[in-house]
Amino acid sequence: MTALLPRRGLAQILALIVILAVDRVVSPQFFDLRLQDGRLFGSLIDVLNRGTPVALLSLGMVLVIATRGIDLSVGAVMAISGAIAASLADSHGLAVVLAAALGAGLLCGLWNGFLVSVLGMQPIVATLILMVAGRGIAQLITEGRIVTFTSPDLVWLGNGAVLGLPVPVAIALGMLILTGAVVRGSALGLLIEATGGNARASELAGVGTRAMILAVYVWCGVCAALAGVIAAADIMGADANNAGLWLELDAILAVVIGGTSLFGGRFSLILAVLGALIIQTMNTGILLSGYPPEFNLLVKAVVVLAVLLLQSPKLPGLAGIAARLRRAKA
Amino acid sequence: MENSLDPVPSLLEVRGISKSFGAVRALQEVDFTLRAGEIHALLGENGAGKSTLIKVITGVFPRDAGIVRLGGAEVAPRSAKAALQAGIATVYQEVNLLPNLSVAQNLFLDRQPMRFGIVREAEMRRRAKTLLAGFGLDIDVAAPLGSYSVAVQHVTAIARAVDLSARVLILDEPTASLDRHEVEILFNIMRQLAGRGIGIVFVSHFLDQVYEISDRITVLRNGRLVGERETASLPRLELIRMMLGRELAETTSARAATREHQAREVCASFENYGKAGYVAPFDLELRHGEVVGLAGLLGSGRTETARLVFGAERADRGQARVEGASVRLHTPRDGVRHGFGYCPEERKTDGIVADLTVRENIVLALQAKRGLHRPLSRREQDEIARRYVKMLDIRPADPERPVGLLSGGNQQKVLLARWLATSPRLLVLDEPTRGIDVGAHAEIIRLIRDLCDDGLALLVISSELDEIVTYSDRVVVLRDRAHVDELTGEAIDVTNILAAIAADGAAAVAHEGRA
Amino acid sequence: MKGLPPVLITAIVLVAGFALCAVQFPNIASTRVVGNLLTDNAFLGIVATGMTFVIISGGIDLSVGSVIGFTTVFVALAIERWGVPPLVAFVAVLALSAAFGAAMGAVIHVFDLPPFIVTLAGMFLARGASFLLSTESVPITAPVYSTVSDFALRLPGGGRLTAIAIIMLLIVIGGALLLHLTRFGANVYALGGSRATASLMGVAVGKMTVKIYMLSSFLAGIAGIVFSFYTSAGYSLSAVGVELDTIAAVVIGGTLLTGGQGSVIGTFLGVLIQGLIQTYINFDGTLSSWWTKIATGVLLFAFIALQQALVAVARRPVARSAGAAS
Repeated sequence: MTALLPRRGLAQILALIVILAVDRVVSPQFFDLRLQDGRLFGSLIDVLNRGTPVALLSLGMVLVIATRGIDLSVGAVMAISGAIAASLADSHGLAVVLAAALGAGLLCGLWNGFLVSVLGMQPIVATLILMVAGRGIAQLITEGRIVTFTSPDLVWLGNGAVLGLPVPVAIALGMLILTGAVVRGSALGLLIEATGGNARASELAGVGTRAMILAVYVWCGVCAALAGVIAAADIMGADANNAGLWLELDAILAVVIGGTSLFGGRFSLILAVLGALIIQTMNTGILLSGYPPEFNLLVKAVVVLAVLLLQSPKLPGLAGIAARLRRAKA
Repeated sequence: MENSLDPVPSLLEVRGISKSFGAVRALQEVDFTLRAGEIHALLGENGAGKSTLIKVITGVFPRDAGIVRLGGAEVAPRSAKAALQAGIATVYQEVNLLPNLSVAQNLFLDRQPMRFGIVREAEMRRRAKTLLAGFGLDIDVAAPLGSYSVAVQHVTAIARAVDLSARVLILDEPTASLDRHEVEILFNIMRQLAGRGIGIVFVSHFLDQVYEISDRITVLRNGRLVGERETASLPRLELIRMMLGRELAETTSARAATREHQAREVCASFENYGKAGYVAPFDLELRHGEVVGLAGLLGSGRTETARLVFGAERADRGQARVEGASVRLHTPRDGVRHGFGYCPEERKTDGIVADLTVRENIVLALQAKRGLHRPLSRREQDEIARRYVKMLDIRPADPERPVGLLSGGNQQKVLLARWLATSPRLLVLDEPTRGIDVGAHAEIIRLIRDLCDDGLALLVISSELDEIVTYSDRVVVLRDRAHVDELTGEAIDVTNILAAIAADGAAAVAHEGRA
Repeated sequence: MKGLPPVLITAIVLVAGFALCAVQFPNIASTRVVGNLLTDNAFLGIVATGMTFVIISGGIDLSVGSVIGFTTVFVALAIERWGVPPLVAFVAVLALSAAFGAAMGAVIHVFDLPPFIVTLAGMFLARGASFLLSTESVPITAPVYSTVSDFALRLPGGGRLTAIAIIMLLIVIGGALLLHLTRFGANVYALGGSRATASLMGVAVGKMTVKIYMLSSFLAGIAGIVFSFYTSAGYSLSAVGVELDTIAAVVIGGTLLTGGQGSVIGTFLGVLIQGLIQTYINFDGTLSSWWTKIATGVLLFAFIALQQALVAVARRPVARSAGAAS
């Protein structure tokens, strides 16, 4: 389906290939894979596994950004859902745990969506509230401790394997397919893009723009909650202070790298996830090359600047050339 | 040389200004002359080129051709700021000051009286007070500008401009949101400034005010100069004809044979329908296979009527019926659900979604109507897009092109296609031929006729009276936000419409008495 | 129609909150506690003063926490490892942070990019740079540090007004004067009202943008120095998340997050409210620190909702007179 993978993904794929190649240079075993206990191991799998939380966040974030919004609270929502999951894990079944954690994410999303679409607050302002308070709520749930659990079900969610893939990767893949099916399989994608592209015109064409905006924040909350559960399952515990810390920024960065404009409109789920993978591939590469992991931040800063400058309306250079190439091909 | 013919020296001379936006020629060799100390009304309907002319004079848009002379010397400001420095100041309807700053700061921003790097607040307020007193305004200048009425904001903007030694003052619709008393205050100020030798350009759609205040009138239409007259010797009917009519010759319309409309079934009807402060309650019947034209000057309530009928604005009184059943029309979604469609006047901001493709723009309303869970498959979308691209001859015939890259005429066709795809019973078209080149213009008019023949009910707004006469079965005339007349059959011609629009006296007075 | 200005509401909240706390814990109403409150929040007050300028101008600066972190590491290394005299180190780091802010402002203006994302890149950059310098906590043993730490004005009642609290108060006062009494300050408000209109009215928007972000980063640099006095160490992870506390303090202080309105005094009161919540929780002993975040979030919501309502009310008269004209 071309709607899922637009032609404009070329730059992102090239970037990923280049970074992979660099990783291969710094770490000759980078592409090695081996099967052990029914699960694949290797740096590539590691990239996928570690990239899962941001990839999940970016699935929700890309829809929010497509409506000209932004959700700063996803990191805090991760902390909340992780705290809930960890607190319930040893006393309840997996279904209850998941329902409670995802339900909390849904409520958080509803709250954000309500502030933006009904009260008409600026998204950055509205979601800042939960960004600040959310972490406090998560700490309230864990009572400030790092809550650990042993529930094998939940542990499996973070560390098990399905068809050789780590469960988190399988879940992220499943969410990508699910989101893609919901968004592109229904009319949601078109109506979201129309809302982000021109809300007034869409409203006059009969599109329920408020409902669209509410829906994307709810979905963003659910995706963040799932990421939070997986992060908690991964470390077999919930750390309300650090779970999902600064990941909202990575998620936004992933979406931006994925070519979705911060000014709304056209979006691509796959490219957003690809953006998340690009970020993680860089992280892993830096780790493998022996630099301290903190070095990541510098690289990220450079990437943000580069992407921004490429997308800047004042610098038509590259975007213009790309557009001309595309036209020439068409 | 020209000046030698003119006994009064010209302050601002504009000669042969042309300006195009893509294929659309917004201004074609327009001349305009402003004398020192005169109040000169610049008139024309939307799209006539008034704002483009102002923006070219003040350097907001670069011009394609022509010259501007201020006090005999050629000027070519490259920004509004440069124009201001040259002595040409503009005060827009949405006042371009900062509502969050105090009145005094607004008057003296970037030129506050200073001492030791500190703004002398007391001195600044004193000067502001004195400056505004000269305009008959006695207010607390320390309060935020936004806490005052629009009238005070306008006066403040004018005071700032004059204090910055403006010689030419352009007032763009300054009275649009003022009450009668405030308009009086503003007019006194304008007269006083004119008395000091400042040339004032007054853009307004209130003809009463134009007659009350202006010395001369320049009329633009479709980007061309129609004429420049002394206000005192220009009859109102003649003025409206200049603004709306094509030629003075009584073209008793080249329209198709009058059709018997009474026999047709009513599609939608509105009884005593209206909204306070928006448009006065009206009765309107729209029938299948019939075009109803809405005629009137800018600001007469045409667009307001259209928005109420479609549901883009919520009426606070009256009853709407569709096919005889009473219905609720509170939101655009209600309108769409009842089979209405609306092509708004502002295509770019209210119509198209520029980033999306022609196909996506065409299916948008249909998809919204069907709901989320019944998506149109890509094949259906392609089918629909192809059909309408062909039927309406949308060019380029590429459904995958972002609609923002199309010309105005083709964007209009895409919007028409968007609504036709929903198989509507009623289409509301607000200025469907505005900003469209001549060829596409004729096509759109032909389309309107065809659609009507297919049994659609149409409500069409246009400033082109010739156009309205060509396709309308009935014409509703509006004035001062009220429906004042309805013409049918043989009575529909440009002369009658003009007369109805210009009709002064009894009806208008009665209306004002009621309001 | 205008109702209470937001800053007055902030003041009332602070006084009422303080009174409530004092009723429960009479010890809170002492110069000792107030002095400590000022000392503990000195760096926050300084950086929030800079943030107030940025937010009033319609922008946001996410990089301040990282700049603080960078400053502490740089100062610690310069003094302890590189043998630079403290004063020279201070001047150097302030020049660096000012240049950093100026660069962000220039990028925002020249490329017409959202401040949010540009300062986000700045946040990564500054934090990454401080990691490059050192990932460990570097203790500072220079004599000037103990001198400054020991210095304090005795307050009646046993409280101590420390040097860093004094620096903060001076900067708050200086910031208030700069914002409310100078042409620069007026231009900050003008930018927040509308960049386009401000430019039309003669404000050099580009230069202003550069200067505003420069000021914010410069003050973040001072806050970093103050923070290094406070902790007597330089650590690349210090002040993580401070940008959020700062933004919260500014908003609770009555500054409109969308720009155009606000005051430095309000921000100062906002900092004190956050400090008061912290103090209350410390006194209570049973409450845990996360209540600070929740309380801050609730206050944040209350103030944003209040401002939303005020803006809605302010718009209404215009609509009314438009209606009356027809």
